[in-house]
This record gives sequence, structure tokens and C-alpha cells, in this order.
Amino acid sequence: MKAGIVSYGAYVPMYRITPETIGHQWGKDGESIGRALGVKMKSVPGPDEDTATMAVEAARSALKRADIDPKDLGAIYVGSESHPYAVKPTGTIVGEAIEATPDLMCADLEFACKAGTAGMQMSMALVLSEMVKYSIAIGADTAQAAPGNMLEYTAAAGAAAFIIGTQGKIADIEHTLSFTTDTPDFWRRAEMKYPSHGGRFTGKPAYFKHVVSCGKKLLAETGTAPKDYDFAVFHQPNSKFPIRAGKMLGFSMEQMEEGLMVPEIGNTYSGSTMVGLASILDAAQPGQRIFAVSYGSGAGSDGFVLTVTDEIKDFNRGKEFKVREIINRKSTITYGIYSKFYKKLKMEGE
Amino acid sequence: MREVAIIGTGITKFQEFWDKSFRRLGIEAGLSAIKDSNITGSDIDALYIGNTSAGQFINQEHIGPLVAEEVGLSSGHIPATRVEGGSAAGGLALAQAWSSIASGMHDIVVVGGAEKMSDLSQPEIIKAEASGADQEWESFFGATMSSLWALMARRHMYEYGTTREQMASVPVKNHSNAVNNPNAQFRFPIKIESVLNSPIESDPLTVLEASPVSDGAAALVLASVDKASEYTSDPVIIKGIGQGTDSLALHDRLSYTTCRATSKAVDGALKMSGYSIENIDIAEVHDAYSISEIMAIEDLGFVEKGEGGKAVEEGWTDIGDRIPVNTSGGLKARGNPLGATGIAQIVEICHQLQSKADKRQVEGARIGLAHNMGGTGGTAVVHVLEVK
Repeated sequence: MKAGIVSYGAYVPMYRITPETIGHQWGKDGESIGRALGVKMKSVPGPDEDTATMAVEAARSALKRADIDPKDLGAIYVGSESHPYAVKPTGTIVGEAIEATPDLMCADLEFACKAGTAGMQMSMALVLSEMVKYSIAIGADTAQAAPGNMLEYTAAAGAAAFIIGTQGKIADIEHTLSFTTDTPDFWRRAEMKYPSHGGRFTGKPAYFKHVVSCGKKLLAETGTAPKDYDFAVFHQPNSKFPIRAGKMLGFSMEQMEEGLMVPEIGNTYSGSTMVGLASILDAAQPGQRIFAVSYGSGAGSDGFVLTVTDEIKDFNRGKEFKVREIINRKSTITYGIYSKFYKKLKMEGE
Repeated sequence: MREVAIIGTGITKFQEFWDKSFRRLGIEAGLSAIKDSNITGSDIDALYIGNTSAGQFINQEHIGPLVAEEVGLSSGHIPATRVEGGSAAGGLALAQAWSSIASGMHDIVVVGGAEKMSDLSQPEIIKAEASGADQEWESFFGATMSSLWALMARRHMYEYGTTREQMASVPVKNHSNAVNNPNAQFRFPIKIESVLNSPIESDPLTVLEASPVSDGAAALVLASVDKASEYTSDPVIIKGIGQGTDSLALHDRLSYTTCRATSKAVDGALKMSGYSIENIDIAEVHDAYSISEIMAIEDLGFVEKGEGGKAVEEGWTDIGDRIPVNTSGGLKARGNPLGATGIAQIVEICHQLQSKADKRQVEGARIGLAHNMGGTGGTAVVHVLEVK
């Protein structure tokens, strides 16, 4: 018996801000910075949006696509580093909103940008052990960046949800594994408003070490080579990192293009790899293989090998907006509006 | 005074090391120099270490005993002294080590330079480096090393018509040399346009005109010339040493475009060596920024004042031309772990004079000069080396 993806959904807020606009605010050449990062714009959550609302949007979309009764969800895991509450679960808000309560296992997860894929692995274990029929794993973030910090050019918002089960799968998860070490490349202590990062330390010893090691292990354990895959998707803090990591592993640009969302929406943190995977599922055909490696600072990577099943032919993908359709619905905003939406401006009475 | 020779060299690769500590780098360079010199630990009479700011970079002062212990010299309880002089720390440590042998106090001395910079964030590094300028008059008000060098660059452009393209020629040449240096931090060529179009570091200087943040260490073993022949057949003789000082703050100097500490140091070193600047076959100079190298080759006397930019642009300082400068890649491309830089320059000169510089070898190089400077030029030290 294999676990797999039964349905999926994604959500990205419609607001966008460009690197030029952010750079202009701080007297920097934002256009060059955007070009260097390979980011044309990033998504910004609206004033009424947060991790919980985006997770609900993605989860509802996943349920609608497969006509799944929410009561059949036995578990819900929401991975994020921007849970609205420090104490009080996002998962219960989402569970209630999608009417999956009360017979529901639920927990919020945190592992920087890979908490959502960790939820996918936990969901696999629950459905394979037949403890639940379906489990939903959600990755969602409204990423925080200090004003003027380099992170501000990419820290974005987005969510994706995957319903994991053993029946009615549109993609089998053939294999999964993780690569985890204690590597302090990016962190936010309790009560710190914005995260800190180790500059270039976030690259070679952090992102590349974990993504490439995880990817190599996944290829070795599955006895596959990059040419055996139709699609590859990696965590996308910018365009440079996933493309370089993919090339280090032997993947081509053609294999990575479908899942590379960061140029249009920025880094959606816990949503990053999962939104890319959702976009691939929008396009994938039966028998096609997908290679996916997430990355969470701190640090670890979760790797997945998936094979799209024949079920995807009868699966109503078009019932909900595809990822590319979602991200094409956009409205560009000024730095002032961005500051207001992100509550960087203190309003009277706040 | 006795003549002093370099009988062994050691150097680590220069880069940002995420997995190597200050100790580890010191051990690697120190043991490599000791091995190269064929001495044993009990032969060593003293240890000198050039280090700019371990206190700020790794929160560790009192590094003399630390390094002595790490390289296995603690049981002899020999003198171990840390020398500081901004980024001239390495060159100054060598001068101290030289004195201790020349005076007859010691026979064999190990001198090293080491810095571990990458543990700090970029703003912290900029602040630590700025403490090599005048805290009360410059750094306190926000001046950084790059902004002070940018002032000098602007003035040099104004006084001598030095162009941005001429300045950009410095990192282009140094990157080209570093391609053939296996220990260099940046082993790839760059183009003039890339330098000019890279982000502004401090107007007019761009990021690609500034030496990088580096971790690394280098070490030398020195012996009196009469002892040297017991250990090596190709000792490099330290023929001249000169040191100069200028005001710490830029505004107290008579000129922004001349570093008088360098002029004083080179005069002293050449006088002691008995050579003139025309006798020098090869030089390593302190190119903390592009403009630093242009000013250095002028102040050292390789070219007339104001001609430095033209000299680099026209290739006079390329390998194979009039006076090859920074064959190692210089601070820009070999890397600039501050306290290690002065010693790394000497390692390069030794390799060149001993014909061990492989693809970057300057044919027939017999006399070399190293110019190490602190901050914006408050301290400069020049060494003239010769191989028989």
C-alpha cells in the first residue's frame, strides 16, 4: 500500500510589491537586487489575511477539487513560521472553518520553511497505519522581514494544502526521507518581531548542504537519476538557490520551470515548495515523475519522489483556479500600502 | 645586527570558513610552516602573531598563549606575543620577529598572522574594521573604511584625473592573477564593466573594488642566516624593513592622495637593503580597495605620483610587464583576513623568489617587496626580500 496525494489546493494573496519599489524606499538599486535574486515581485497579504485565512483558502480548494467530505479528514497539520498566535492553534481555526471538527487530530508545526512538508510526512504515516482515512497537510506563511533588511525583497505570503490518503490518489508518494542537522542559519526568538539570519551562512553550509544532501540520498535510495524525472521542485528563497541546487543534482531548467514560482510571488516560506508542487500537479500527466525537496532553516530538508497516477485524468483540476491562474490575479501596491497591510505603521489606538 | 632568513612558509586557503575556527586555521598554517622549514618544536625560541581584532571578531583576546598551545609549543613556555596594528598586524609581527633574531636574542622564531572574520554579521564586521580608523573623529560619526577610502579616491580623481576605468583595472588584474593561486578566495576573472556596474560600496567605489571578508592564516619560520643553512638550501633573506606612521584620522594629513607612512616605510626598507626601487622585481601591495593599490604603487615609488591609475590600466603591473604587483591576487582576490594579510604577502614573495609560484611565476624574480598597511594608512610596513 502506498500513500499519496488525493487532492491539493493553493492560495496566494493578490497584492504584489516590486524590488524596485522596496529599493526606492531605502535608497537602494532595487532593480539590480531583484535581478540578482531572480525575483520580479513578491506577494503581500491583504489587511484581512493571515496564515489561518490562507490555509483555509488552500484547504477549501483541495476539498472542493476532490469532493471530499471534510468529516473524512482525520487529521490536520498546519506548518508555518507565522502562526497568528504564539499559544492557540491555527489548525483548530482551519479545522473549524472547513467543517472537519471535532473528530480530528490536529497540531500546528514549525520548522521554518519546511513545516508543511513535515506535515505531509506525518500524514503519510497516519494513513499508512490506517489510523485515519485522510489527513490534510498545509504549509502557509505571511513571512516577516525587518524594514530595510535584504529579506524584505523576497519575504512573501502563500499557502498550499495536500490531502494525503491511500485511495483515490492522483499521485503516489513513492518515497520520502529527510536530512536534518542543527544549523543556525535563520531564526527568530520568542518576542522578536523579525527574524535574523546569518548572511552568506544561509547558503553553502545551510540551504545547499541540506537540499543537495537530501536530494542525493533520495536519488540513491530510489535508484533513480535526474533524467528519470519530468519535474523537479525545490524550496525557493530566491531563484538563484533552487536553480543552482537543481543543477548541482543534475536537473535541467526544463524540469524545474513548472514548479518555480518565486520570480512571480517571492518566497512563500512554508508554502514555497508546496505551491511549486501544486503548480506541477496542475500540469502533470499520468506516469510522470516528480522530484521534490523542501528546506527549512535550522535546518533540514524533506525529499519526496512522486509518480502521477491514471486517476488524474478524471480528477477535476479545473474546478478550482490553477496556481498560475491564482498568481496572475494581481495588483501592485506602493511601499506605503505595503507598510499598512503588514502593520508596520502604528495606527491610532494600536 | 645579524641577517635574518625565512626558512619555511605555510598558508591556509583564504575564504569564509564555516567549519574552521581561528584555532584550526592557526594550527594549519603554523604546522605547515614548521614542516616546510624542517625544524622541530624544541628548536623554536619564540612566537609572534599578527592579529587585528580577535577581540571583536571572536571575542578572544590574549591569543599568544592560545596559538602557542594549539601549535604544540606550550610545554617549552617560550615567549608568545600578539602584535596589533590594524590590518598591518601581520607585517608588524614579522618586523618584531626579525628584531628578536637580528638582535641576537633568539635564533629561530615562528611568526604567524591569523584572522577569523566571518563569525560576525556584515554590519558588525564593518564596525570592527572601522575601529581601525579614528574612533573619536571618524568612526563615531559613521565613517567606515570604505567611505574613507572613497574620499581618497575622489580626491585622487580630482587631483590627477584618475578615471573609474583605471581604478576598476586593479581588481580585474588581481582576479586574473588569483585564477592561478590555489589558496585564493576568488579564482575567477572579472571584467571592467562588472566592476563598474556592481553595487556601490561607498561612492565612487563599488563592491568589486573592495577586498572581501575572509578567514585565514599564514605563517613563517625565521632563523638567523648562519642557522638557516642547517635547515634549507633556498632561504629568503630579509634585506630591509621599514615602518612608517601617519596621523590616524584622515583630516589631520597634509594630503589625501599620499600615504606618508608608506613613503617613510619604503625609504627605510630600501635604505637598509642597499637597493633602490628600480631593483625590485616583484611586489605585493596593500590593495584594501582599488584606489589603495594605485596610491601604494605611487607612494612606493614604482611610478610617478598621479600615474598609478594609468600604470595599472596600461598593464605595467601585470605579470610579465614592468613591475608585477599582487601576483597572488592581492587583498581583493586572494582574500584579506586582516591580521594574516601581511604574512600572506611574504609567503607569496617567498614562493616567487624560490620559483615555486607555478603558473603565476614571474620569471627571474630575485628581489621582492611587500607593503602592508593599517586602516587608511596610519601604519605602513615594508619588507624587502631577496633570494641568493
